[in-house]
Amino acid sequence: MTGVRRCSCPDSGERRNSSHLKLTGRFHLIAMEPMAAPVRYSQVAMGTPENKIAAAAPSQQGFVYLPLIAGWLIPGAGHFLLHKWKRGALLSVSIIGMFALGLAMQGRIYSGAHDILDLLGLVGDLGNGLLFLVARAMDLGTEQVQITTADYGTRFVVVAGLLNVIAAVDAHNLRTGRKQ
Amino acid sequence: MFKPSHFAAVVLFALFASVVFGITQRETPRRMLHYGIYCFVLFVGSAIVLSWLMFLIAR
Repeated sequence: MTGVRRCSCPDSGERRNSSHLKLTGRFHLIAMEPMAAPVRYSQVAMGTPENKIAAAAPSQQGFVYLPLIAGWLIPGAGHFLLHKWKRGALLSVSIIGMFALGLAMQGRIYSGAHDILDLLGLVGDLGNGLLFLVARAMDLGTEQVQITTADYGTRFVVVAGLLNVIAAVDAHNLRTGRKQ
Repeated sequence: MFKPSHFAAVVLFALFASVVFGITQRETPRRMLHYGIYCFVLFVGSAIVLSWLMFLIAR
């Protein structure tokens, strides 16, 4: 009796590129199959440095820092320039809303740096861009009110400025292709 | 003049900050939403926990 069947040798699992056949009896036959073609993995959409550079290439035209500066001056404007309408609108509403609520709570806007805390507050307020300048021009937030909500309002204005800086940097990252 | 309660001020602060964090710190809309909710819960939750701690310490 002759016949061919799958070999149940314990080492057959190691031979992935060959079919290990066993004849009935004591003979083993190893029939080599043609090697499969090596799998080539596509690097499209992978975060390789080459692809990041390629993704950033179309956005390198023009002034790269325009979304950063526009986003700092007007909250959300950096994202609007990049046609990110929803993100820009949400950022704009959040930052302007926080700034307006801070002023409505009689929050203070820092005008000078008398000590280190005032300096830090002024830096935070400057992050609001044109909002800060307009508020200063209209003499908003100049009076010191000794109530708790006014203290909250001061913090709201400072944090709105810091959030605006984060949003402007995000717009810059979108512009340079560092973020999609 | 706008005079919110302490808790309302915390919720407003957390809402605005979470929106900005979610949009700027994540890339896809779904992950932005999840991260924004995560930040909001952490802001409000930590404020409540710290408030109770201070209340218990002061007694």
